[in-house]
Amino acid sequence: MPVDTASVEVTGWGRTAPTTAARLVRPRSYEEAADAVLDCAAPGARGGIARGLGRAYGDAAQNAGGCVLDMTGLDRIRTIDARDGVVVCDAGVSLHRLMEVLLPLGWFVPVTPGTRYVTVGGAIGADIHGKNHHVSGSFSRHVVSLDLLTADGEVRTVPAGTDLFDATAGGMGLTGVILSATVRLLPVETSWMSVDTERAADLDDLMDRLAATDHRYRYSVAWIDLLARGPAMGRSVLTRGEHAPSDALGARARREPLAFRPGRLPAAPGFVPEGLLGRASVGLFNALWYRRAPRARTGELQKLSAFFHPLDGVPHWNRVYGRGGFVQYQFVVGYGQEEALRRIVGRISRRGCPSFLAVLKRFGDGDPGWLSFPVPGWTLALDVPAGLPGLGAFLDGLDEEVVAAGGRVYLAKDSRLRPDLLAAMYPRLADFRALRAELDPRGVFTSDLSRRLSL
Amino acid sequence: MKDAFGIPQSLLVLGGTSEIGLATARRLIARRTRTVWLAGRPSPALETAAAGLRALGADVRTVAFDALDPVTHEEKLGKVFAEGDIDMVLLAFGVLGDQAHDEEQPLSAVRVAQTNYTGAVSAGLVCAKALQNQGHGSLVVLSSVAGERARRVNFIYGSSKAGLDAFAQGLGDALHGTGVHVMVVRPGFVRSKMTAGLPDAPLATTPEAVATAIETGLRRRSETVWVPGALRAVMSALRHVPRPLFRRLPV
Ligand SMILES: Cc1cc2nc3c(=O)[nH]c(=O)nc-3n(C[C@H](O)[C@H](O)[C@H](O)COP(=O)(O)OP(=O)(O)OC[C@H]3O[C@@H](n4cnc5c(N)ncnc54)[C@H](O)[C@@H]3O)c2cc1C
Ligand SMILES: NC(=O)c1ccc[n+]([C@@H]2O[C@H](COP(=O)([O-])OP(=O)(O)OC[C@H]3O[C@@H](n4cnc5c(N)ncnc54)[C@H](OP(=O)(O)O)[C@@H]3O)[C@@H](O)[C@H]2O)c1
Repeated sequence: MPVDTASVEVTGWGRTAPTTAARLVRPRSYEEAADAVLDCAAPGARGGIARGLGRAYGDAAQNAGGCVLDMTGLDRIRTIDARDGVVVCDAGVSLHRLMEVLLPLGWFVPVTPGTRYVTVGGAIGADIHGKNHHVSGSFSRHVVSLDLLTADGEVRTVPAGTDLFDATAGGMGLTGVILSATVRLLPVETSWMSVDTERAADLDDLMDRLAATDHRYRYSVAWIDLLARGPAMGRSVLTRGEHAPSDALGARARREPLAFRPGRLPAAPGFVPEGLLGRASVGLFNALWYRRAPRARTGELQKLSAFFHPLDGVPHWNRVYGRGGFVQYQFVVGYGQEEALRRIVGRISRRGCPSFLAVLKRFGDGDPGWLSFPVPGWTLALDVPAGLPGLGAFLDGLDEEVVAAGGRVYLAKDSRLRPDLLAAMYPRLADFRALRAELDPRGVFTSDLSRRLSL
Repeated sequence: MKDAFGIPQSLLVLGGTSEIGLATARRLIARRTRTVWLAGRPSPALETAAAGLRALGADVRTVAFDALDPVTHEEKLGKVFAEGDIDMVLLAFGVLGDQAHDEEQPLSAVRVAQTNYTGAVSAGLVCAKALQNQGHGSLVVLSSVAGERARRVNFIYGSSKAGLDAFAQGLGDALHGTGVHVMVVRPGFVRSKMTAGLPDAPLATTPEAVATAIETGLRRRSETVWVPGALRAVMSALRHVPRPLFRRLPV
């Protein structure tokens, strides 16, 4: 029997809009997953949705009154081809686990987000991107094929390049339950990063630097202080890097070049006085952080975990935002729309959103997923406490700018988009809906996100 | 579905001509609300209210609902929920009664109690069950400061609101952890047709102010909201005033 719990309250990572699933099922095999999906399709049941590690910020992996399939029970790594760098694994395997197993063999995941605690299913469902998008594209570009459990209870092997694959990559779990995937890996000599850091004085300086030299780095991201105003608006710290070759390591590290031992700090407290999350204290934090960064430093060796997943060192850091939770706003606008980006950053900075370090990055070519987020252009992501008065209307205003510039917001982060903007942001939405209507006419796969946005 | 700020996409107002109810609907339509059901006793006023909200761009329907006829609640409200999820129910019906008259006419006093209390118990339970099946939603109950401590001048109304308030709090506890949020709203004196002709009480407020407080309460997932907020302190003091003194207070 799969583990099955009745009435479980579920939220995303931002801890906003909690709803209760009538059932939370944790299948341990394909058969158990198929049974659970057939139950979701029963008359009166309110459908089902797959859930990985719940790192999507909004309501993508919750299903009020229906079933949530916790996929972390399907956690086997099936085969590793250590010569060609291909792994076949269950969808519930986390990227953390893959790193533990693959790094000692000299392989790394092709794409990692800002946290390792996401599942392969979630990585495909949201078609995630990493700091290497401008070079490597999204996660799904490295997926050779996947096994998909569809609404009829059948398991289909879906190769890349097919419509069903492209609807599933970025399809937010709405085409079916991904059971396993075959993923191509990246060879690495060490588990260290060679990192260049530099400061940019303002937004224009930042954009110039990124545009001029991003192509030289596999990984690139800028942390931007959105609270800085006036001439300092957009001041940032760029961190860009490469996997370090073994000859770059010192004698000690070279003994175990592929060791993977990320440190872990004590969990964040469940409650931080709201005053600490205000404009002044967040602004101070951001300013200190900017000043602490070196003006320019090259070739610094950093652990993988420190470079990619600094926040993973603090378990449950999302709790610091308290009961009201927080919203992450991430959008992309295309190259040529720098003016729109400037206007948006200006609005955020003038408004004084108490946002800890936001992230700006350049995307490369768009990805084939119909609802995949990346398009060539600038993407900005920021966290804001949901309790900030007037935040809803403020973000609506930013949406207008984003849409007018031909851009879009990221569904894996969304918890508040106005539904009628979706079609303008995602031109292939009609195809997605048509495919779903055919594949899953009764709408067995349903989430709070799909209800809210009529996906 | 509600968004990250607790704003509903679909709204059911019980007491579809309530001024506070309509001010709240207008405010929510300006944010995310697209579907509105106005439940009330059929009247031209109910249709006018619906037309007013439609003009704001919402898809509005009316449904016949009489608080004094609890036998029909399950069927009437069941139909609404069968048409689609309701993200928020606003329990806004109520009558003030006429204290002097009602003291003389026990049956008319009973109607106040039946509308404000038993009618709300019935409608509240029906909606709570439907929301629970959905696994989400807010039930917002318009109680009143009058229920916090009964006063000589309107204890019939006040006692009905006291019952409603206690009921709604208990329901909130019963639904805790089910994904359904119950919010008790305690306005003071609100200038609306209910209070037309009465002299303003201290801290008098408007339906729009109540609507704003409801929006904030939704965002914070509050369980109790006072309007204006200062009433929380005022009432917690008044609650402890000894009876002989309380009787003599000009409240
Ligand atoms: C600190 C932090 C940093 C992040 N940084 C980035 C970043 O840099 N780039 C980026 O792209 N994202 C980033 N994210 C978002 C995160 O990568 C995605 O939301 C990812 O989808 C989370 O995976 P998960 O396993 O937790 O999935 P969940 O959050 O549980 O689910 C996400 C979506 O995937 C679907 N899904 C999950 N498993 C399956 C399955 N087996 N079959 C079908 N569908 C499934 C769900 O239905 C849901 O729609 C970040 C999140 C956090 C918390
Ligand atoms: N105004 C205040 O000072 C104040 C203060 C605190 C609390 N409140 C409470 O807030 C709520 C809304 O008040 P309001 O100011 O908006 O007053 P209102 O405009 O007079 O609204 C009262 C509503 O109750 C409805 N109603 C009365 N009897 C009903 C019945 N038997 N069945 C169905 N609906 C019935 C009325 O509908 P009809 O059109 O059919 O009559 C009307 O829609 C009430 O519960 C009230 O007690 C008001």
